[in-house]
Parts: sequence; structure tokens; C-alpha cells
Amino acid sequence: MAAISASAPHREPNLLMRLARRPTAFVGLLIILTIAVLSILAPWIAPYSPIKLSVANRLNGPSLEHFFGTDDMGRDVFTRVLYSGRTSLTVAVAVVTLASILGVVLGLVSGFFRKADAPISRLIDAMMAFPDILLAIALVAALGPSATNVVIALGLVYAPRLARVVRASTLVVRELPYVEAARALAVPTHKILTRHVLRNVASPLLVQATFIFSSSILAEAGLSFLGVGISPDIPTWGTMISVGRQYLDAAPWIMWFPGGAIVITVLSLQLVGDGLRDLLDPRLAKDI
Amino acid sequence: MLRSMLNRFGGMLIVMALVVTIVFVIVRVTPGDPAAVMLGPDATAADIQSLRDRLGLNASIPEQFLSYVGGLLRGDLGQSIFLNIPVGQALLERAEPTFFLTVFSLLIATAIALPVGIMSAYLRGTVFDQAMTTLAMVAASVPSFWLALILMQFFAVRMGWFDTSGYGGPGASFAERMHHLVLPAVSLGLVSSALITRFTRASMLDVLNDDYVRTARSKGMSEWRVVVRHALKNALIPILTVIGLTAALLISGAIVTETVFGLPGVGSLIVSAVLRRDYPVIQGALLIVAGLYVLINFIIDMLYLAVDPRVRY
Repeated sequence: MAAISASAPHREPNLLMRLARRPTAFVGLLIILTIAVLSILAPWIAPYSPIKLSVANRLNGPSLEHFFGTDDMGRDVFTRVLYSGRTSLTVAVAVVTLASILGVVLGLVSGFFRKADAPISRLIDAMMAFPDILLAIALVAALGPSATNVVIALGLVYAPRLARVVRASTLVVRELPYVEAARALAVPTHKILTRHVLRNVASPLLVQATFIFSSSILAEAGLSFLGVGISPDIPTWGTMISVGRQYLDAAPWIMWFPGGAIVITVLSLQLVGDGLRDLLDPRLAKDI
Repeated sequence: MLRSMLNRFGGMLIVMALVVTIVFVIVRVTPGDPAAVMLGPDATAADIQSLRDRLGLNASIPEQFLSYVGGLLRGDLGQSIFLNIPVGQALLERAEPTFFLTVFSLLIATAIALPVGIMSAYLRGTVFDQAMTTLAMVAASVPSFWLALILMQFFAVRMGWFDTSGYGGPGASFAERMHHLVLPAVSLGLVSSALITRFTRASMLDVLNDDYVRTARSKGMSEWRVVVRHALKNALIPILTVIGLTAALLISGAIVTETVFGLPGVGSLIVSAVLRRDYPVIQGALLIVAGLYVLINFIIDMLYLAVDPRVRY
């Protein structure tokens, strides 16, 4: 990956352009954008209805009419993979947004105000002691199964990870001369936090948020697969795989394609995340 | 050193107390009456009232919390509503498949990850390294339950080498039971090996450029000795940490994998508890798993203290 690290003498302003110079990250970015566009356009480009049953066509293998075959109800698997992408990506975006808001608030407060640090940090430690899927299952069980509650549960699960990253960067930024200068000039604390600190913790936050994005795709798929997340009537990659599980012998394609969609999505997000980390956070770029 | 140990111990107790509080709070965030939710829409008012009494839900929240903590201190995790046995007993009865599944997955993951990670670091930048790094990234992107189904489709359904589900029935011998764990352990192990491989590679890379490694080489020591005796020895602590934490996190994977293979373990107990709204079981499982995680972390910290004299907390 270190092969193309264009050592441009001047700092280029556009992050997207800089990211695009890294071949693996660029490929990842292209793939994830393609998946997003296909999912958004699903109602217009999908060849069939995602819900209309067609019993005569059930369990047909992949063919020219049905690229990915048909499922147990005769529905087109390709169509359903596209529609599932809508749900899975929407949920993941919502999870990342919620986790980022919570994580930024917790991280900034505990990193900037010494008195708040110990209690918040211990709380974060305790939250992180629960494996992500397990905590999410318990929260969804308590809140009731629905897409909104899956978002809330996973948002709470991933917020501590982001909070840790924000806290660590805030601790560093807090001691920098320009923050001291701002303080000396009696700039109000909330302005120091939003104008100076937040901007400088944005990079590690962005890197971590990309990885959280891919984790929440996997976690939501797991919850839906187990039937403890989003209603089984709404197509998601996880629920599709759970249907395919009953037809391993007769129609394995029902679970092949949604699973493949998950792998490609998560992989491309990881490629983007790695690229961003190398660009924005050279300290962490130790080939992990 | 004693001071550091006590500091760490105190910190662990605080985190444990918070874990208990979180577990207690989770069930209380249920919208509405937890007793009514647990019993479902067909329950009568009398049923709900009697369950409220049994769970002590009529007491005030602080009172409930105190009695919950009191029970925990006596080793009482509560009573399963559906199974009608103590939660501790329910978990213990289901412990065997989960325990062996975790152990085997960890062995498989380590057996793959250590050699691959070390070789990758040693052959940094070569085709081997690039192939393995890519493979690890792909493995980290695969949902474990999907890999499980793919393996099941091929080895159980098509080849017929394994049963697709179960744990061999009530009278099954130990060998039979372990035979049922092969596919689950392989699928979990493969997925977990990705993280350990990346970590092994990174921490080997860290030490391979160190001065003492160069010195060892310049003394004319064989490459094998340099890598294994000098480099690996120093890279091992972070690697052991990640293996320990993977062990604690494998329970997450076990939840889905056990469900896929119909194994009667703790993971499938949790899933059925969620579907039946058997909150005491969910609470007990959460507590045990998070408690183990905190404990493993604490033990790792103590090992650091014992092994590395520079570490102070």
C-alpha cells in the first residue's frame, strides 16, 4: 500500500482527491459508491417487485431472467439484494450518525474537562466490556424489535469506541499552544471546543467512523439473521440469508448473493478506512 | 508494583460495578411493564401481577437494585421465567458446547494466525505478504454465520461428512459431540484468525527493525533463532493480549454460530431467551460474559506488570 504515496510538496485541499490517489482505497470508494447508488436507485432499476409472490417461479437457479435466481416465494433474489441494500445501508448510516454524535459529546467532554474524565472513561470501559452483538441483542430485546430500535441499540454499542478516539485526540489538542492562546484571549469554552478542538479531532473520528460503518453492517446482518432485529418482512441481507438457510440443498443461491453483498460492502469500507487512516493519521499507519 | 496492582484492582471493581448497573438498567428501559412484555399479549392481569411479585417489580427502583446486587453477591443470578430453573444452572447446563466451541475456534485461529502473521512480517512487501494481508482483510469482512452456511452446504449437505445441526442427541459420546463442533469451530476460527493475523504481523514488524534483532543477526545467529527467540519473544505480549480478548469476544460469534448449527450452547440459550423475553436469562448471560471480559483484561494487565518491569499503572 505504501507504493503510491505521492509526496506532493503542497498540501492538497480535497480529501477525496487525495484518497483517490491510493489504488486500493480508490477501488474501495468506487465499490461502496456503486453499491450506494444501486441501492438508492433500486425501485427504478430492479427488474421485479421485491415483495410480489410468484409461486410458479420458486427456487429457480440463476438465469438470464433472474441473475441471482429466485427464492422460496418465487421472488427475484437480485431485486431483493438491491432493496436489502437500501435497508442495510440506511441502518448503518443512521448507526454511524448516532454513534458519532454520542461519541463526540462524550469524548470531547471527558478529554477536555479533567473532572469529567474519570467517570466517563470508566463508563466507556464498562460499555466496551460487552461484545457488540450481545449488547445489541439485549438492548433490542428490551426496547422491542424495530429498525429504529436496532439503530438506537447499535448506536449505543458503538458510541464508546468513537468516544475513546475523540477523547484521546482531545487530550492531545487540549495542550497545544493555540488552545492555550484561545483560553488566554478568554474565548468561551464552547467556542474553543467547537472551533478549535472538534476540527482537529475530526480526522481520527472520520477514520474510526468508517470502521464503525462496516462493523454495523455486519452487526445488523447478524441481528436480522437471528430474527431479533428488523422485522423479517423487510428485506435485509441478514433476513435473506436466514431464509436461504432453509434451502441450502435446493437453492443455495438464496444465501450466496446477499452474503456476497455483505462481504463486498464491508471489504470496500475497510479499504476506504485503511486509506483514510494512512492519509489522516500517519501515527496509526503502522501497517496494522 | 503492589501499588500498581491495587490501583488496577480498584479500577476493575469500579468497571464491574458499572457493568452490573448497565445490566440492571437495560431491562428497566423496556417501554411499559416488563412483566406484561415478558408474558405476551395473552396474559391475564393476575398472571402479570404474580410475575411482578416474583420479580420484585413492585418495589422501588433503588430497592430492586439493592436486592439484585445482594443476590449477585450471594451468587444468585435470578430465576429463568421460561425454564423455571435458576439462571446460573441454565447457563451451566449449556456451557459445554460453548466452552469447547470457543477453545477449538481459538486454537484454529491461533494455529493459522501465528505462522501466517510471522511469515508475513518477515517477508514484508513480498507477494506472500500481500496475498496474506488481503486474505486477512477478506476474512474480516465475512459474516461468520454466512461462512458457516457455506461450509455447511458443502461439507454437510453435499459431502455428508457432518450433520447439519444438533449436538448428537442425549446419549452421544464425547467424540460424537466433538464431531458436531468441527464445522462451527472452523467457521468461527477462520473469521477470528483475521484479527490475530493482522496483530501478529504488526507487532512482529515493530520488533524486527529493533537494534537487538540487528545485533543478533550480526552475531551470525541463524535466521530461525533471530525470528523466534529474539523477535517473537518480544512481540508476544501484544499478541497474547489480542488472543485473550478474542477469546472473550468469541462468545459474540458463538451466539450466531450456535444458532446456525443448532448447538445447545449459551449462545442459542441467549437467542431463545430474547425471543421468549426471558429477561433474567439475558441479564445473567450479559453479566457473565462482560464479567469474564473485565476479568481477562485485568489478568492481562497483571501479566504485563509481572513480565515487564517498565509497566506502571
